[in-house]
Amino acid sequence: MTIGVTVNGKLYQDECDSVSLLVLLRDHWRLLGTKNACAEGECGSCTVLLDGELVNACLVLAAQADGREVTTVEGLADGDRPNTVQQAFLDAGAVQCGFCTPGMVLAVSDLLRRTPDPTEAQARRELAGNLCRCTGYQHILDAVRLAAEREAGAR
Amino acid sequence: MSAGIGAAAAQPDHLAKVLGEFRYASDLGSADAVWAATVRSPHAHARIDSIDSTAARRLPGVLDVITAADIPGRKLFGQMKVDQPVLAMDVVRHHGEPVAVVAATDPDTARLAADRVAVGYSVLPPVTDPVAALRPDSPAVHSGGNLLSSKRIRRGAAQQGGLPPADVVVRGEYTVGMQDPAFLGPEAGLALPTEAGGVELRVATQWLHLDQEQLAASLGLPADRVVVKPAGVGGAFGGREDLSVHVPACLLALRLRRPVLMWYPRAESFLAHVHRHPAVLRYEHGCTASGRLVYVRAEIVLDGGAYASSSPAIAGNAATHAAGPYDVPHAWIDASVAYTNNPPAGAMRGFGTVQPCFAYESQMDRLAVATGLDPVEIRVRNALRTGASLPTGQVLTGPAPVAELLGRLKALPAPADPPADSGAVLARGIGYAAGLKNIAFSEGFDDYSTARVRLRVVDGRPVAEVTCAAVEVGQGVLGVQRQIVVSELGVTDVRIEQADTRFGTAGPTSASRQTYVTGGAVRAACRAVRDAVRELAGSNTARCDGTLATVLGDRVIERTAEFHHPPTVPLDPVHGQGNSAMQFGFAAHRAVVDVDVELGLITVVELATAQDVGRAMNPLALAGQLQGGAAQGLGLALTEELVLVDGTVANPSFATYQLPTTMDVPRLRAEILELPDPAAPYGLRGIGELPAISSTAAIAAAVRAATGRPVRRVPIRPEHLVDPEDHP
Repeated sequence: MTIGVTVNGKLYQDECDSVSLLVLLRDHWRLLGTKNACAEGECGSCTVLLDGELVNACLVLAAQADGREVTTVEGLADGDRPNTVQQAFLDAGAVQCGFCTPGMVLAVSDLLRRTPDPTEAQARRELAGNLCRCTGYQHILDAVRLAAEREAGAR
Repeated sequence: MSAGIGAAAAQPDHLAKVLGEFRYASDLGSADAVWAATVRSPHAHARIDSIDSTAARRLPGVLDVITAADIPGRKLFGQMKVDQPVLAMDVVRHHGEPVAVVAATDPDTARLAADRVAVGYSVLPPVTDPVAALRPDSPAVHSGGNLLSSKRIRRGAAQQGGLPPADVVVRGEYTVGMQDPAFLGPEAGLALPTEAGGVELRVATQWLHLDQEQLAASLGLPADRVVVKPAGVGGAFGGREDLSVHVPACLLALRLRRPVLMWYPRAESFLAHVHRHPAVLRYEHGCTASGRLVYVRAEIVLDGGAYASSSPAIAGNAATHAAGPYDVPHAWIDASVAYTNNPPAGAMRGFGTVQPCFAYESQMDRLAVATGLDPVEIRVRNALRTGASLPTGQVLTGPAPVAELLGRLKALPAPADPPADSGAVLARGIGYAAGLKNIAFSEGFDDYSTARVRLRVVDGRPVAEVTCAAVEVGQGVLGVQRQIVVSELGVTDVRIEQADTRFGTAGPTSASRQTYVTGGAVRAACRAVRDAVRELAGSNTARCDGTLATVLGDRVIERTAEFHHPPTVPLDPVHGQGNSAMQFGFAAHRAVVDVDVELGLITVVELATAQDVGRAMNPLALAGQLQGGAAQGLGLALTEELVLVDGTVANPSFATYQLPTTMDVPRLRAEILELPDPAAPYGLRGIGELPAISSTAAIAAAVRAATGRPVRRVPIRPEHLVDPEDHP
């Protein structure tokens, strides 16, 4: 079966339907921004948007992604210009080793799309599926606030 | 200068990280690469009777299978004691020990073939209890016996074989479970054969040069034919000091004359790297009726697991830090590391100081109860100060603001009461803990870093290029190099190159040392460059400025510097006395918890820390270290434990090894002291480990205060709190 997935606006195709979306993205299509840190849906490092819905790519079968649209971290920026959430991560010091960052950035972008002005408690609940080993999350939550304020200011 | 020292400056690698363009070791690729997968022991202890790779080799796509017999050079490795087989020979001594490695044209075939390597084992009873392992009647894990390393310290009357009487005596035994560094970026590397018959390895590591030395020995190659290059590191915390994919990947690359890729899936990663030493700590403290410490007796047994890794230095740290940041005139301290058939333990943030901190701070809480003193008051009365001496006899010459750190925390307002409508019966508790840590390498190790600074003009503007082999693991060593150059040379276009082993060593990214030693090396190289510029200009004006490009013209000024930190000495073997450390850092934590008294569930409501950093080189990076370190301490206090069943790891998964999430870690309030150390570059102190030391103990103290339970073990499980009879 041929799998066709539109990733960041570009159609990718593959003959392999017995793998996860994560394996397609990383190993078959070399879209390496999406990270693999557990491959069992526990860490959130492989968070992507599937038709606008936040998913762990490791838990999505290739066949489930067929014919659908995926946004990965590579699809957020305007060229080398980070989007509001990415810029907020830079300014708030929300990055250390950075391995969780692609997934976090997608999760935060999704949160702010649905809840433009989240309380910290809401942000904590929403991001609980994304592990970070370096930061203790505080600067990530600061980045959520910063991005929310900047997006509000831009409206 | 907005990007210089003291600025909340951006890190050079962060833009690529937020864009998803940064490449980690596990992102490496090569068009004609083969993949390697490891065969690991399912047993904690077994004799290897046979290894049959026939079925594996029969799989289409399998190119090679290697075992210990194929290692051309030294078959053992080890940072401090060469005792660990690259691939097991006649016996496996821990669950997950590598036995063979398979190379194939794709990762799935490699994994499948690894599963088809038939290893015949005769299972042996494992040695799993470190205390029992040290008894004379224990079976031996290694032929030399189970005492991997030990360190003794005798201070005051203990040097004559006794301890003086005291008005108040408290005794306790404390246990620390096995914490895993659990960095998110898996172990990975790409080995490439070179034309000269050598090999190049790109790998996630903490110390390129030590890897090179060990690799060359096992490959049987001269060091100059083995080049180790840094690949992007997704966190480390001590767990990347030892070899991982190194030797098998390089050996297969040499045998097959093709690039070899290796990475460990999560479950394998849990088995493949060292963990924090589990520990059993028996303490006795004596104090006067007014709460002044008279003596401490500490017997610390650390579980080293099957191989040494950095256990000898960790035993040293456990002993030298056993009394904590307190002035105790008489000390009787023994720290031992036992070999067992548990997974090997080694470096993890705090390096032998975390376990004693939980024990001595638990003791301080009990002394407070016994003397009727406030827990902060008894700590302040005994706090180390400038001029005080440690159990090693080392006199603290620099700032030692333990009392001030505790005072800052005590003065913080208490958080609001727990919600009355939560439906649960909540008990609130507040706990304090303080810790200290030696910075950089101790006990006589010549610890240094090397940096080169090159100044030239590009497109009419001065550019400074820094070359250094200090490994960035996420802590910000690239950024701090840039800040130093900006401040020293006044040049804003600074490019940092992470060197490989063809450049001089920077030592490891460990022991809270890189900002100190690499910072010192970059500063020295900058100053040499600055002197050369002044000579060129024929003027002694203070700094490089707007005229620099004119002065330089098309000249390139390049200077390389080594920076050695102040010397230390080994401890004497009889009484453990000596100036073994060149600098100490100090920090304290306050934790506020709510405990659901019916379910034993613990919520950390608030965490605060106070730390003396000497000089805040980058306040944003500093805050990140403080917050992240406290979160790791929270994990050890409450949830993080690799559970062993007869030596086998029961939970090598993020589903069951529970890292703290956004729901678990509160905001950290930080009180920063900047008391300069006159001996250190810019007066700074190493900061990276202190946040992870007393945070665990503070949370345990808060749970103790909330519940009245003794809390003698971390992680604290709910059943420890609700089943008093089973957990006295």
